[in-house]
Formats: sequence, structure tokens, C-alpha cells
Amino acid sequence: MPMSEFRMPSLGADMAAGTLVAWKVKPGDHVTRGMVVAEVETDKGIIEVEIFEDGVIEQLIVQPSQKVPVGTVLALLRHNGAPPAPPPPAPVPVMTAAGAPPAPSAPPAPAAERERVRVSPVARRLAAELGVDLSSVQGSGPHGAIERADVEAAAARKAAVAPPPSAPVTPAREPERPAGGDAQAAMRRAIAAAMARSNRDIPHYYLETRIDMSRPLRWLEAENQKRSVRDRLLPAVLLIKAVARALGDVPELNGYWIDDCHQPQEAINIGFAVALRQGGLVTPAIHHADLKSLDELMEALRDLITRVRSGRLRSSDLTDGTVTVTNLGDLGVEKVYGVIYPPQVALIGFGKVTEQPWAEGGMLGIRPVLTATLAADHRATDGRRGAQFLEALTRHLQEADKL
Amino acid sequence: MSGNGQMVPMTYREAVREAMREAMRKDERVFLMGEDVGRYGGCFAVSKGLLQEFGPERVRDTPLSESAFVGAGIGAAMNGMRPIVEVMTVNFSLLAGDQILNNAATILHMSGGLFNVPLVIRMATGAGRQVAAQHSHSLEGWFAHIPGIKVITPATLEDARGMLWTALEDPDPVLIFEHASLYNMAGELPASAGPVDIDRARVRRSGADVSIITYGACLFKALEAAETLARDGIEADVVDLRTLRPLDDETFLASVAKTHRAVIVDEGWRSVGISAEVSARIMERAFYELDAPVERICSVEVPMPYARHLEQAALPQAETIVATVQRMVHAHV
Repeated sequence: MPMSEFRMPSLGADMAAGTLVAWKVKPGDHVTRGMVVAEVETDKGIIEVEIFEDGVIEQLIVQPSQKVPVGTVLALLRHNGAPPAPPPPAPVPVMTAAGAPPAPSAPPAPAAERERVRVSPVARRLAAELGVDLSSVQGSGPHGAIERADVEAAAARKAAVAPPPSAPVTPAREPERPAGGDAQAAMRRAIAAAMARSNRDIPHYYLETRIDMSRPLRWLEAENQKRSVRDRLLPAVLLIKAVARALGDVPELNGYWIDDCHQPQEAINIGFAVALRQGGLVTPAIHHADLKSLDELMEALRDLITRVRSGRLRSSDLTDGTVTVTNLGDLGVEKVYGVIYPPQVALIGFGKVTEQPWAEGGMLGIRPVLTATLAADHRATDGRRGAQFLEALTRHLQEADKL
Repeated sequence: MSGNGQMVPMTYREAVREAMREAMRKDERVFLMGEDVGRYGGCFAVSKGLLQEFGPERVRDTPLSESAFVGAGIGAAMNGMRPIVEVMTVNFSLLAGDQILNNAATILHMSGGLFNVPLVIRMATGAGRQVAAQHSHSLEGWFAHIPGIKVITPATLEDARGMLWTALEDPDPVLIFEHASLYNMAGELPASAGPVDIDRARVRRSGADVSIITYGACLFKALEAAETLARDGIEADVVDLRTLRPLDDETFLASVAKTHRAVIVDEGWRSVGISAEVSARIMERAFYELDAPVERICSVEVPMPYARHLEQAALPQAETIVATVQRMVHAHV
């Protein structure tokens, strides 16, 4: 196919719709994979959306300030070398399931290729009202006909993962500002939906371990003494790198559970929970954390936090996380029992480093101790794998010089 | 029901008789005529005792000519009387078809609005009594096709008692279809029971899963089916149309909007019947409420058999309604 569709991405399991704030390209522009082509406002603020294919922008379909469901075609992209095409008829907004995996490089098959779905009239009307994508609904009626109950069930599933969707393609009179009370409420609803889905669908198991941090902290102190203030490393970087390494040892915890299917991911993209000043949180991903040096990780972390606070996150920041790390030690918390961010299968929590009595080799001493917890999806892994992960995490932290 | 709360045991037959008695007492313009309504007391014994009470002027036996006595009724009505004409059974009404269709239904229109025909024609309808192919029709749907008349089908004691007076008050011809199998139906009515409307359908049983739309004797099969279905957790809304012309669309459309499924039960033949009309109106005005195709349960399209088991097999039955609804609702409840 010489043309492809650039769609409103799902920037997380909790996103149902987004408002196009601005285009960064115009028809005729050449774009390359990874280029920021648009700004989209979600409950998490304004996100810079990247494109995942190379080509030439053929047509911009959705105009700035329009709010559209996830999956709506935003623009048409002509592949390099293909001749310009006559403008196609205006596409009907298509919503994909809000909980769909982030897979922007694989657009769904065009509707024309699908078999006609049998839908009862009331089911069709209800689906339109509730923003349910009928192509994602399994019909239970005669010959697979989708009936009202099927749509209601799909809407209930959707409501569990997304805030109430707005009507398709409703031009927002004024884009909501993230600082506004409405935006905060929307983010709260989004978090509520994702976390409720997680606690309902994911059978969590929890493991915790105490880690003697004397050696890594000693190493960090010595390392930082060699550096200028600007280049100093934060303990969080050690934790992120150690998690990435440990996930390399236990890859089952890195990835997704989608459609009753465990999908471990090759790339280790660590979603790092960052609280927002105005309330709520986001978990932008540090890409390929296992392949980055500590300095690169420090840079990536600094960049992420700056962009979170200034509201300049990119779509790939929000969609690519394969696991989540949450560190509440700054706030004095000793242990974190996290709720997994669907469709991920694990969340690692770190508490505060506290001085604690520590018995080792028949001797009692006082050591800086960190409690690491693992919340994992029991559908994807068992406690033994989880235990191996925490063991590996401890081991990598003890060898901080090799991180 | 209001007023005197005292309940009186009564059959459907007695309720119709009480209605006629009350009408003749209240309004001296009201009289009854038809075959054997006087000395014999009516073919179905509905008018028994009325001759003795009101005399031969007001309870008149007629010759066996439906065309003649329905025509006479039309003339009497046009001249200020309020006749109740009894046609023994609906098949005999065909002999008066010209009078009903070409005169009663048209005179108001053809006289430029000068002459109303405040005539009431009562007739027995329906099968189930082993009277075979010539006396078992349900042709009320045919008459409901005709503009200019009203067609009402009392099913309950209350309606048998109350619809007649309202029909007599109507300035235009009203045909009352009394299902012959209902005459022996016994129940209780308040002593104060009186006129009821003749233009609204009624929800006789409330439920959220399916609308069973029916009238006449089939109402009781529908209610029986609804009780059976309720044991499976399927709650049926049972709509008694009561009036087939004009149809009270709003009531059954509201029911369908609630349940999203409709089955119409009609003792008439399936093709080109009142059930087809109801189904079409649902399709036209409640299409986007439907969660399943509208179903019809009607009589098998054969001349009504005489043999009891064949006759029963030809008629809509509660079991058929149950099976149809279960298929429509299947796994969703």
C-alpha cells in the first residue's frame, strides 16, 4: 500500500481520546520515523506525538482543537516514491479499544476488507453513543450478531480502562489546560480507571527484600567525589540500571499481558513514576535502560523530569514503558506495594534508605538498608521468577561499579 | 377502578350483558338487534333475559340476513338511535361486508361530514371450540384495515364490561370483537365497574426483557407464557392492544423501547395481518431500539381444522410463545 494512516495514538491504557493541539508538519513535508509531527493534549498534558514511518504528508485530516477518539485517522502519509493520490473520502473516525497495546506501526486493516458485522439496530446505536468500536466486540447473537448486551459488556470493559469518552470528533471550544481543575479531575479519572482495571484484572503477587546499600552508596559517594556537581549521579540512577540489568536476567517480568497472552519485550524501557506538582503522576519511559551508561541514564532522567514538569512529553515516552519503577523513598516511605500499570506485568517499588541493624557473618552492624518490592502479574510469572529477579537486583546493586 | 370496592363474581358473558343492560337503562336510544338475541337469548347466551327486561321493541330478533339488519342498524344510527347490532360470529359479518365497508365506514366522508353513524356492531371471533373452518376465523385484522371504523377487542372482564358504553358514545361505527372462548371466563369485577377508554393499549404485565404484544384471547396465553418465562428469569412486558384501529402505537413502542425485543401474538393468519402492521410500525418508529428481529406468532395458514388436536396445533399457544421468546433472548438474561 503506498499510503498509510497516521492515527491518534493510545498514549497509555488510560487514554480514550485526545485533542489535536497543533500540527508540526504540513502537507508535502517529508517526515522520518521518530519525528515529532503533532502535539496532542491528553489528561496527562500536551504530548509531542512522533510518527513511526518515513514518507510525505499527503493530507491533514483532523484540525487543531478537535478532540477525537484514539485510533482516529489524523493524517494520511504517502510512502516515499509513491505518486500523490487523489484525496480519499473523509474517513469515518474509528476507535480502537482503549486498552489496545501500543502498536502504532501496525495500523488495523481497512474496514472495507472486513466482513460485514451483524449488529442489531439498538446495539449499533448504543455503540455510537458509548464510543464502542464494534469491530472489537464479539457478538453473542445468532450468527455472531452483536446485540445490546455485547455492546454494554464491551462498554463496561472499556469504562474500566478509560474515562468516559467524549463524542467522536467534537471540536473542543477551548483546549483544556492541564493546570485547570477539569484536567486534574480527568487525570484522576484516568488513573482511577487504569488502577481499577489493574486491581480487577491482574492477580498481583508481592515479594520484598531488604538490600544492604553500604557498598553501592559507598561506590556512588566515591564516584561523585570525582565529578563536578553538575555531573553527579543520583542513587535513583543506580536503582534504574540495576533493575534494567536484573530484567535482562529475568526477562519474563519485562513486557505485557495482552489478550490472555504473555508478551515479554526485548527492549527494556523503564517507566519511571514522576509525581506532578498539580497532583497525579505520569510514568514516562527511559528507553533501553539496560544499554545506557549511568551518565546517559542520568541525562535521560533529568531530561524526562524537566519535560514532565514543563509538559513536553512525547508519545513514545508514554507508550513504550515495559515495566514501571516507583521510588517513594524521598517521601520517607519504607516499602512500596505498587499497583501494576496495565498491560505491564511488573512494578518495582523502592522505599527510603534507612539505617537498620544488620546481622551478617555472625556480626551485628548498622547498615543503610533499602527495601525493594516487586508487584508482579501472577498470570505472567510465578513467585520463583519474581524471587530470582529480586536476587538479581540485589546482586547488581552490590556490583555498582559494573553498572 | 374506583368507587364501590365490593367485588362481584362475574363471567365475561355476564360482563357484556351488564354492559348492554346499563346502556339500555341509561339511554333510551340504545337497542339490541340480531339473530336469536331475543327469545333464544343470543347464540352465546349473552343477551339472555334482556328481552324480558326491555321488551321486543328494544331487543329485536332479526331475519337471517346480515346485510339487511346491519344496514338497518346503519339507518337507525343515522336517524338518531344508538343501535347495538349483534352479528353471531365474524364469518357471518362477511355477508354484511358491503354495509360495513361501503356504508358504515364511508357515509360520514361521503356526506361531507353531515351524517355520523354511531353504530356498534358486536360479534364473536376466534377459534378453539371445534366449530371448524367456517366458524373459527379471526378477521378483526381485516376490519382494522378499513378507515372510518374503530375496531376494539376486549379481553378482560373490565373491558367487556366497560368498552361498550364508550363505543356507543363514539359518533362513528365501532366494531367489537369478543373472542368466543372468553365468554365462560370467570372472575370478579367491582360492583362499581363502568365505562373504560377504547383508544389506549394496556401493559398487563411489566417486564424488561421482551415485549409480547397481543390482544383478545391470546392475551391469556401471553400472560401464561410470561409466567413460565419468569421462572427462567425472563421478564416479559405483555401489551394488550385492546384497540386494533386506531392502533395505540405509543404504548407498544414505549414497551419496545424498554425491552428492545418484540413478539406479536395474533390468532389471525400470519400473512397481511394485524401482526404485520404492528411489526411494520415497530420497524418504522423503533428500529434503533431493536436488539432482535420482530417475531410473529400467528395461526397456521390453513382453514381451521375440526379435530381438536389439529385445531390446537394450528393456533398460537403459550408453549410457542415461550420457545420463541427463549430463542430471542437466549443467553442474555
